[in-house]
Amino acid sequence: MQEFILPANNAEMTWVCLLIPLLPLIGFLINGLGNRKLPKGLAGLVGCATVIGSFLLSLYLFFGFEGYGNRPYTTDIFNWIHVGALRIPFSFQIDQLSLIMLLLVTGVGSVIHIYSAGYMSHDENFGKFFSFLNLFVFSMLLLVMGSNYVMMFVGWEGVGLCSYLLIGFWNKVTPYNNAAKKAFIINRIGDLGFLLGIFLIFQTYGSVVYGEVFNQASQLSEVNDGVVVAITLLLFVGAMGKSAQLPLYTWLPDAMAGPTPVSALIHAATMVTAGIYMVIRSNVLYTLAPDTLEIVAIIGLATALFAATIGLFQNDIKKVLAYSTVSQLGYMFLALGVMAYSSSLFHVLTHAFFKALLFLGAGSVIHAMSGEQDLRKMGGLKKALPVTFITFLIGTLAISGIPPFAGFFSKDELLAHVFVHSKVMWAFGLLTSFMTAFYMFRLLYLAFYGNFRGTEEQRHHLHESPAVMTIPLIILAILSTIGGFMGLPPVFSENHMLGNFLSPVYELARRAVPSAFEAHHLSHSTEYMLMAVSVGVAVVAIILAYFIYGKKRTVPAEEGAALSPLHKLVYNKYYVDEFYNGLFVKPVMGLSTGLYRFVEKGIIDPIVNGFGKATLGGGRSLRYVQSGATGSYLLLMVLGIALILLLNFIN
Amino acid sequence: MNDIPEVIRTIPLNYYLYFSTALFCIGIIGVLTRRNAIIIFMCIELMLNSVNLLLTAFSSYRSDPNGQIFVFFIMAVAAAEVAVGLAIIVMIYRNVRSTDINILNKLKW
Repeated sequence: MQEFILPANNAEMTWVCLLIPLLPLIGFLINGLGNRKLPKGLAGLVGCATVIGSFLLSLYLFFGFEGYGNRPYTTDIFNWIHVGALRIPFSFQIDQLSLIMLLLVTGVGSVIHIYSAGYMSHDENFGKFFSFLNLFVFSMLLLVMGSNYVMMFVGWEGVGLCSYLLIGFWNKVTPYNNAAKKAFIINRIGDLGFLLGIFLIFQTYGSVVYGEVFNQASQLSEVNDGVVVAITLLLFVGAMGKSAQLPLYTWLPDAMAGPTPVSALIHAATMVTAGIYMVIRSNVLYTLAPDTLEIVAIIGLATALFAATIGLFQNDIKKVLAYSTVSQLGYMFLALGVMAYSSSLFHVLTHAFFKALLFLGAGSVIHAMSGEQDLRKMGGLKKALPVTFITFLIGTLAISGIPPFAGFFSKDELLAHVFVHSKVMWAFGLLTSFMTAFYMFRLLYLAFYGNFRGTEEQRHHLHESPAVMTIPLIILAILSTIGGFMGLPPVFSENHMLGNFLSPVYELARRAVPSAFEAHHLSHSTEYMLMAVSVGVAVVAIILAYFIYGKKRTVPAEEGAALSPLHKLVYNKYYVDEFYNGLFVKPVMGLSTGLYRFVEKGIIDPIVNGFGKATLGGGRSLRYVQSGATGSYLLLMVLGIALILLLNFIN
Repeated sequence: MNDIPEVIRTIPLNYYLYFSTALFCIGIIGVLTRRNAIIIFMCIELMLNSVNLLLTAFSSYRSDPNGQIFVFFIMAVAAAEVAVGLAIIVMIYRNVRSTDINILNKLKW
């Protein structure tokens, strides 16, 4: 049975779909062209209003979806590329998955835009910041709304560009620029894989439009067909780059050089989840390739564990959160690897809420500390920053998996799926969960409890952030508290709202490989046991963190202090950066230096300079011909004409 | 009264060729030997007119009006050239009080 996604039969839908990405683009143009000319208030207003507008339109689509019969539809805007067999329409596909992502991107995006208006208010490039932020939202919307892989790729590159621009936003600082370049280059490695994957999809299925590709795949391809495995692996390489998985994760911690709202929006809540979106979007292909899924799960788990251990000893407040993000992304890929697509998206959502909250909270702390990010210089901020503290506490509880906060439900559901798949993986997942709770509470105790360890000047400056920054914190805190109820586990409720809503997205995959989707119900007692274990582990970690950092008030060692070898290894992030530097960067730099010295200086330069010198020398000797004596000019002219006539005559 | 081409044809074409060549050579020799800019100018006009004469003669002998149309063009261009050239000569005279072209050897690199 062929089942194509039908175009919307409704001009209104087309307009709404077109306006959703168009609004941020307009905001980008206004703020981009009017940077420094527009007053800050207006720039902020344009930046926020366009994204909020997109959010309202997304809500309209979301609530209109049921009235549309819960049927996915596409809206063709125009025929973008049509060459031979290649047909790429510029069209949007609205289905359950893109609706959720739309709400996530525009919703969290709006909140962070509002926060940025406060956080960036002292920056002279306020308009530029908002224009980049709007461009990011535009690209991200293209990514999640596009109806084919090429549009996804355009959005994919667009968000990569914005990430680069925003990491290096304070471009007068060289390390920030280096971090931006690093992010861009490492993402290129992943993008190459993604691009090759798209080529292979086109070669195999003759199309890049989702509907056609998935129909073909579900009918033609065998399970673990070599081509499908190759496609999914290549696509996953793209996801590794964008979603910071081993071995391409090193850019994300460095990306914290950007302003904190950027870290919250791009490097925690939305862009880095693009890889997960892509895998869920391609769920038909991935379901057909269980071998790839196994690799995805292993890489996800390894990343989760690896990043969590690094997070244990970081002293920069944003670095801790960055490694925690890498670790949580690893969780999501672990879930994808065990085919818990919906659980993975659930964790994307809750993670977006609490990680955005944590980053914005960290931003508020940094703002209050006049730019200080070192946890060793903080302490006792609870009194000075009450709103930030309470919201940060909620975020920390959510990420640690304490019920009833959002992280508990998504993490628990995710781990339950992993438990069914493999007990060993589950155990490692639990270990990660333990470390997550530990380092997050370590962060909380170091920043908010104990005595203030900063300078006298910073102590005087301490202040709660303005309402424009605390209100987004409160909104996100509420979402982090109740966000988990959209996916209650089976023991509490038979109605998993998110799971049921997303279920049609996997219809084709289910038809292609029915066995993979057989429900494996855990008994209620097992479920209770899993929940109890994961909560217990988190509580133990919290108590441990309390004893070390809360009660004993241990402060991490100063820079350069003697550390045990293992501690030193972890503190220096396993020397992965140094390793990559030695393995890739140095040889490439050496090669370029060699080429510069011998090829550029030895061969190309002399040739080019030789041309210049020859011309100069020729001119210098010929200039005496021009004597200034008119008579000789005339004679030469006549002789020349005579010569021409003579030559003509001879021929 | 005979029409003009016929009158022209009363003289053999060879004679026109000799005459024009002679005029042209006089023009060239004048350009090369004289130093007064105005005389050089006149010599150039002489060369142009020798060509005009030849064109008219050929045109009559071949009963092809194209040659005479060409002559009109040459005259128009020559008139424009005279206007510009004389203006330049006048300016030169005002500057150096002479029309001797050998004085103008400053026109070099």
